[in-house]
Amino acid sequence: MSKPVIATASLAGCFGCHMSILDIDERILDLIELVEFDKSPIDDIKNFSRPVDIGLIEGGCCNSENVEVLRAFRKNCRILISVGECAIMGGLPAMRNTIPLRECLEEAYLHSPTVAPEDAVIPHDEELPLILNRAYPCHEIVKVDYFLPGCPPNADLIWEALTALLQGRPLKIDYPILKYD
Amino acid sequence: MLFYDINKPNFMQGFLMSSIKRLLKKYGKNRLHLITFLKELQAEKGFIAEKEVQKLAEALGLSMTEIEGVITFYHFLTDKKPGKYVVYLNNSITSEMAGMEEVARSFEQEAGCRFGETSADGLITLLQTSCIGMNDQEPAALINDVVFTCLNQEKVKKIVAWMRQGKPVQEMVEEFGDGANRHELVRAMVKNNIRKAGPVVFGDFKPGEAIRKALDMAPEEVIEEVKKANLLGRGGAGFPTGLKWEFCRKEKNGEHYVICNADEGEPGTFKDRVILTERPQMVFEGMAIAGYAVGAKLGLLYLRHEYTYLKKYLEHVLQKMREEGILGQNIAGKGFDFDIEIKMGAGAYVCGEESALIESAEGKRGEPRDRPPFPVQKGYLNQPTTVNNVETLATATQIITHGAGWFRSMGTPVSAGTKVLSVSGDCEKPGIYEVEFGLTIKELLEMVEARDTLAVQVGGPSGNCISEAGFDRKICYSDLATGGSIIIFNKTRDLFAVVRNFLDFFIEESCGWCVPCRAGNVLLRKKFEKIAAGRGTLQDLKEIEAWGKIIKSTSRCGLGQTSPNPVLTTLANFRELYESRINKEADFIPEFDLKEAVAEACEITGRKFTEEHEHA
Ligand SMILES: Cc1cc2nc3c(=O)[nH]c(=O)nc-3n(C[C@H](O)[C@H](O)[C@H](O)COP(=O)(O)O)c2cc1C
Ligand code: SF4
Ligand code: SF4
Repeated sequence: MSKPVIATASLAGCFGCHMSILDIDERILDLIELVEFDKSPIDDIKNFSRPVDIGLIEGGCCNSENVEVLRAFRKNCRILISVGECAIMGGLPAMRNTIPLRECLEEAYLHSPTVAPEDAVIPHDEELPLILNRAYPCHEIVKVDYFLPGCPPNADLIWEALTALLQGRPLKIDYPILKYD
Repeated sequence: MLFYDINKPNFMQGFLMSSIKRLLKKYGKNRLHLITFLKELQAEKGFIAEKEVQKLAEALGLSMTEIEGVITFYHFLTDKKPGKYVVYLNNSITSEMAGMEEVARSFEQEAGCRFGETSADGLITLLQTSCIGMNDQEPAALINDVVFTCLNQEKVKKIVAWMRQGKPVQEMVEEFGDGANRHELVRAMVKNNIRKAGPVVFGDFKPGEAIRKALDMAPEEVIEEVKKANLLGRGGAGFPTGLKWEFCRKEKNGEHYVICNADEGEPGTFKDRVILTERPQMVFEGMAIAGYAVGAKLGLLYLRHEYTYLKKYLEHVLQKMREEGILGQNIAGKGFDFDIEIKMGAGAYVCGEESALIESAEGKRGEPRDRPPFPVQKGYLNQPTTVNNVETLATATQIITHGAGWFRSMGTPVSAGTKVLSVSGDCEKPGIYEVEFGLTIKELLEMVEARDTLAVQVGGPSGNCISEAGFDRKICYSDLATGGSIIIFNKTRDLFAVVRNFLDFFIEESCGWCVPCRAGNVLLRKKFEKIAAGRGTLQDLKEIEAWGKIIKSTSRCGLGQTSPNPVLTTLANFRELYESRINKEADFIPEFDLKEAVAEACEITGRKFTEEHEHA
């Protein structure tokens, strides 16, 4: 039987959740015994090459490209997991949600002290993704099957969740791993 | 004409100093009176200016933030300059049903500004507020604390025209209601609408009899009598009153206090207003009896801001009782001292919760306390305190007069006596009904002449929405418990509008301390709106149930613990209504629409949304 396949992506996140995946340390060697990776920054595969069993999503959606990637994940992954606060709640990027988009863009591209007034412009190149009116958590856009909380989720939590899922057993999580303070 | 020159630099300074000094002199340098200070300052100019906050903070040794925290907590305190006339239109569900929308539009049209704003000439401010206790005479509003009921377009036109002429608000009240509403110290257009006077609260009452009789008994005997009567709290929770008094009495240390809870914030409840209007002395004697029983010398009547119009009258009743020797020093010559003060609320539903009420009475934000310790152990000023509902105390007075046996001969074995119900909504005869416990919903509907009834909301938004299948259920503590709010909806009504109104109410009134209550209800409303918009799935229904459970079980006080009830009880009793709106086949339907979500960005950058974005 072929190994289960995993894909990962960082949308509007800081890559901290991916770092936390790497924080499973030497268990990464066990992990690659257990699974194969498809589309993921970990192996730098850019596009899905086959149906995937588990998709791990870091970050919520801030722009049209995030939405596109997330939808592709939903289409190609049997099980989709939101990893970390940004994916689950919007996280830090959602801090802009109470400020009108125009104000955000003007502050960043027109009025910020590092902008040279002569070339102050709000980027509008057709190649750029379109920015969304607010940051969205993933489950408002596609169906998400599981959620791993934390900023980032503890590496042990990620490890335990993945191995439990792969072995089809219930999660066993010690209190300190699920305690956030 | 202004008799002073507001352009003189020192003028405001001097004015401020003097009014704050005057307040400090009147009440003492004590933060206990902070809300009173703020209300009096606001009464002068309509708002509390930053300078006043600063001065008050200095005088009371508080931080400015703490005072600002209090101001922003209460609906009726403000640090923004409002118009000369401030209209608070009630947005409760019965007001909506009685034509609030139309009234609101006419206010906007006549005043020339929208709700939430002040007219350009600074004359009129339009605001909305939760239930003001006038559900049987909606749409109602408070204008500079004066109550206006049964509003319609014509009346609004007239009122706004008078405002333009500068007429004092009290003079806009042309006709007075019945009973003590006509009293010269009340002069309100409010109606009592007592449709059924029962034998207890609205039964025979000889002023002074109960307190004299109680003082001839030992305090323990008074408690025993109330226990024997099996009086359960009428405020909603139904705790045995005699037991509460006993717990309070048994706390040996410190001063003891009695608080009468007249916050009456549960939408649809207005019976305490009518009891206070027509039976104030029965309530006050009940407080004195409770004081005697628990060993207190001081009682507080915590009166909701919305009932400010009753304050002078109630003070007058208290004064008369003092003059007659049944309140104050050496009551009825029997050596017992007890007096009553009125503490005004400032607009917050959660302040009806007893520990929040105590915080508010101490001049703070009305945030519930952790329990234990319970108020009977550490209540007002951290001293043993019994908090009782208006009706509970009035009932206790009658129990002392007529005896526990008399009381238990009414009602059911578990729920003795009568309950005063406030009935509103779709029926011919909304108003006050004092009925024996054990009455079925069906019997009640006949009594109030309700027809084609779809649903009955028993116990207000925090209670239960009953469908026809439950009309044989009984009003009593072991079946349908209620603090008195009964709202009837007939078959032309949209229950989704009802649920939405109630959810908005809880979101507005959450004190914000617990995340499940503060954020959970917002998420619940979002989910609910998704279903209402026809974008829900079975999964969404499941999530509503699961989230409701979490909110109920992880909130600190009764507000959060009951806040999902509007959705949960309608989902349980009118499931077909929800199922008719969802898509049963779909596994998942997003709320999200990419084109909508990028519309703003397209506008800002001058770019176009293309199919490519959607399907890339
Ligand atoms: C959010 C909330 C609001 C409440 N509002 C009132 C109220 O307006 N009047 C009242 O008597 N009890 C109210 N209660 C119940 C009180 O906490 C308390 O149980 C009651 O005043 C005790 O009096 P009783 O034993 O005589 O009923 C409220 C409770 C909660 C949780
Ligand atoms: S959840 Fe935290 S660690 Fe993960 S992407 Fe967001 S900010 Fe980074
Ligand atoms: S449940 Fe709601 S109202 Fe009650 S303390 Fe918590 S946040 Fe405040």
